[in-house]
Amino acid sequence: MRSFVPIAIVVAALAVVPLLVHSNVVLNFLVVALMIALAGQGWNILGGYGGQYSFGHAIFFGTGAYVTAILQVKFGVNAWLAFGTGIAAGAVVGVVVGWLAFRAGLRGSYFALVTLAFAEVLRILASVTPITGAGVGTLLKLDLRFAALQFESRAVFYWLILALVAVALIVTYAVERSRFGAWLTAVRENEDAARALGVDAVAVKLGAMVISGAITAAAGCFYSQYFLFVDSHIAYGAWISVEALLTPIIGGAGTIFGPLVGALVVKALGEGALLVTGQAPGLDLVVFGIVLIAVVGLAPRGLVGLRAQLAARWRRARAGEASRG
Amino acid sequence: MAEALLTVEGVSRRFGGLLAVGAVSLIAAEGRITALIGPNGAGKTTMFALISGFLKPSDGSVRFGGDNVTGEPAHRLARRGIARTFQIVQPFAGLTVRENIRVGAHLRHAGRAAALAAAEAVAREVGLAGLLDAPADSLTVAGRKRLELAKALATEPKLLLLDEVLAGLNPSEIRDIIPVIRGLRDRGITILMIEHVMQAVMSLAEHVYVLAEGRIIATGTPAEVACDPVVIEAYLGHGAAKRLARAP
Amino acid sequence: MLSPVILIPALLNGLLTGAVYALVALGLTLIYGVLHIINFAHGALLTAAMFAAYFAFQVLGIDPYLSIFLIAPLFFAIGYALQRFVIGPASHGEDRNMLLVTLGLAVVIENALLFGFRADTRTIDVPYAFQSIDLGFTYLAVPRLVGFVAVFAVAVVLWLIMTLTDIGRAIRAVAKEKLGAQLAGIDVAHVYAVTFGLGTACVAVAACLLMPTYYVNPGAGNAFVLVAFTIVVLGGMGSVPGAVVGGLVIGVVESLSSLFLGDSLGQVGIFLIFIAVLLVRPQGLFGAKA
Ligand SMILES: Nc1ncnc2c1ncn2[C@@H]1O[C@H](COP(=O)(O)OP(=O)(O)OP(=O)(O)O)[C@@H](O)[C@H]1O
Ligand SMILES: [Mg+2]
Repeated sequence: MRSFVPIAIVVAALAVVPLLVHSNVVLNFLVVALMIALAGQGWNILGGYGGQYSFGHAIFFGTGAYVTAILQVKFGVNAWLAFGTGIAAGAVVGVVVGWLAFRAGLRGSYFALVTLAFAEVLRILASVTPITGAGVGTLLKLDLRFAALQFESRAVFYWLILALVAVALIVTYAVERSRFGAWLTAVRENEDAARALGVDAVAVKLGAMVISGAITAAAGCFYSQYFLFVDSHIAYGAWISVEALLTPIIGGAGTIFGPLVGALVVKALGEGALLVTGQAPGLDLVVFGIVLIAVVGLAPRGLVGLRAQLAARWRRARAGEASRG
Repeated sequence: MAEALLTVEGVSRRFGGLLAVGAVSLIAAEGRITALIGPNGAGKTTMFALISGFLKPSDGSVRFGGDNVTGEPAHRLARRGIARTFQIVQPFAGLTVRENIRVGAHLRHAGRAAALAAAEAVAREVGLAGLLDAPADSLTVAGRKRLELAKALATEPKLLLLDEVLAGLNPSEIRDIIPVIRGLRDRGITILMIEHVMQAVMSLAEHVYVLAEGRIIATGTPAEVACDPVVIEAYLGHGAAKRLARAP
Repeated sequence: MLSPVILIPALLNGLLTGAVYALVALGLTLIYGVLHIINFAHGALLTAAMFAAYFAFQVLGIDPYLSIFLIAPLFFAIGYALQRFVIGPASHGEDRNMLLVTLGLAVVIENALLFGFRADTRTIDVPYAFQSIDLGFTYLAVPRLVGFVAVFAVAVVLWLIMTLTDIGRAIRAVAKEKLGAQLAGIDVAHVYAVTFGLGTACVAVAACLLMPTYYVNPGAGNAFVLVAFTIVVLGGMGSVPGAVVGGLVIGVVESLSSLFLGDSLGQVGIFLIFIAVLLVRPQGLFGAKA
């Protein structure tokens, strides 16, 4: 299991979808699901592997989205360059917030709170400062050229976001196998024990925050290019902080495929809920919340871990019977 | 006397109004086993936290291999070669034994394969080879103590601080692990151990410090310390030495 | 320069708003003090209680001040049940899970309200909404004054519960030494649930006090709860006097900074205080150094 092969198979399988399915509705659904998966993959590095639960990953998503949009609209920067800068900006924000939070020794509830507060501050600031377009938001010009990173066909956008997800899968895989990853999970499991073994916990968490910020920012960059619009509620709103956390937790935090599985399942459930009730707002999120609680309560290792969990339970039950019989 | 690897001089630590450790000086001689004993609450674990960088001394200095390392953070001291175990064991509960030990091995081995190989070697040395793939939280008390030791050993330390690794073990488990500790000393690791099990202290340690209420009250060979009236009083209360002397 | 004619009313208004903040924060800090988690569903529960007060008035014709006696017990029961049957069992005793479960509850409650009542903003019409008392140099709104007094009444009631009743003593025992309390035969799950219920009852009272002058929509509680987080951190998590003093301080800060910076930047002022306190003194201004 532990090699690139599963990643290659999954990505290849997803890559052929636009060749088989031409419905824009389906493609649009998948593009959004993959974008959320990408945001969740970012969260998964810090939260899933590092155990630092951020409730404000919008700080990265929003920064990526705004940087990509503003650089193009206000400064005439090339779209590709703006996209790359947006990702880098996410990493920089990760350094700043991480340095402040981890230096201060914030963990658990406190870390969740401070990330939430940063997102909220950025949201309010973005809703009043002129450079972000304040309350109106920023609109990107429609310009369907490769050089402008805009495409007529949804399929190309789909392959773009899939490529980003694939890169994030590989990054996750590399982290999982590396020394950095071993140290990161050690910090998650027991920070004092890790420090005793020579792990610089602050540096490790900071590293995770940077990678995490860059990946989630990439999702934000993509948002701007795809929807050609961003405002403070989209960029720094609670919705993306929640979805970035929901997908890895539901799919399986601290696993390579968790965020991807979680995003597809969560988005499908959400769409299902909306279909059943005819687009009534709120119901999809009600479903998300219930699934989140249910997964935390019943399948702590997420959907990806469910099989192992059930297998273990079955073995225990069998062993119980055997010892009784 | 061999050269000192660790020299603690006049180290103190307060918790609010409580002086947990007061002006303690001690030496761990290179390649030897030194024991730190004393009644409950004497400040032994606090002493370890001060040496290993988990607490900063309010006063005094810690020197390691000739360098002044006072107040350095724990991870940097680990890199220098100081490893500690915790009295209350601190496994990475969600990981397997192999992954637990691997974390320590990564301090000296950047690569995954090298770290895993080193982890397996350490597991063999402490007798955990058969449990490499068991989840850490499924281990027995004795297993957890061994794992605690293995994680510290995997960092390839020069100085090993053992905080009551024998506590909670039954006599046969203690008999099994004593040769392991002696083996470590024999391959050149300097050991400073906190221990309540006197039988182990007598058989392992070359030098003993006795700590009571944050101060060193006696020091010497195990035999000297064991019959020191001051020590007996510290353990058993005022007048105990006399009562014992009168006893037939 | 601003004259005292503007400054003093702003100050007084800040104190009066701060009292309601304090009440929301009181519930939060109570839960934190015992369960050691931040209840991220606090804001959603506040919103739910505001809807309850709204419908109590619109459908049953009960004045919001009277409906306190209906809604507070109801929300105590809701809080009790949530902790006992949802948060507790789903968290398996892990703090991280509790965070997630309360966040999940917040999402469920808030969006269930959105689904049920749409995003419309609703207000109620009570005759005393705009009554005020003339102090000579300024006017004080009657509903806010009532709120101010009621908050201190609630604080006193809570204090009495904590000091005089058996369950209060059990709560304090669990807060101080959970394991010891358990060994002494205290039903910790029950104590947790009662605490959560009390915290939820606090927001229910706050909701009833707010309704005469405020509006409700499915996101209404969030504005308060983020402020309440700030207060709780400022006052020291788990500290009841800290919550009350912190609430008043934040009320004044907000009122003054809106005066100088405008409404939305005034909010930023609060969050910056919040972040600064978290980073510099996470144990709060009143908490002892850990
Ligand atoms: N973090 C702390 N804050 C406050 N007091 C502490 C702290 N750590 C230890 N103490 C106190 O310092 C004293 C020494 O504790 P320490 O754990 O070092 O004793 P010990 O010799 O290891 O005892 P034992 O044999 O029981 O392990 C005790 O009175 C203890 O209560
Ligand atoms: Mg000790």
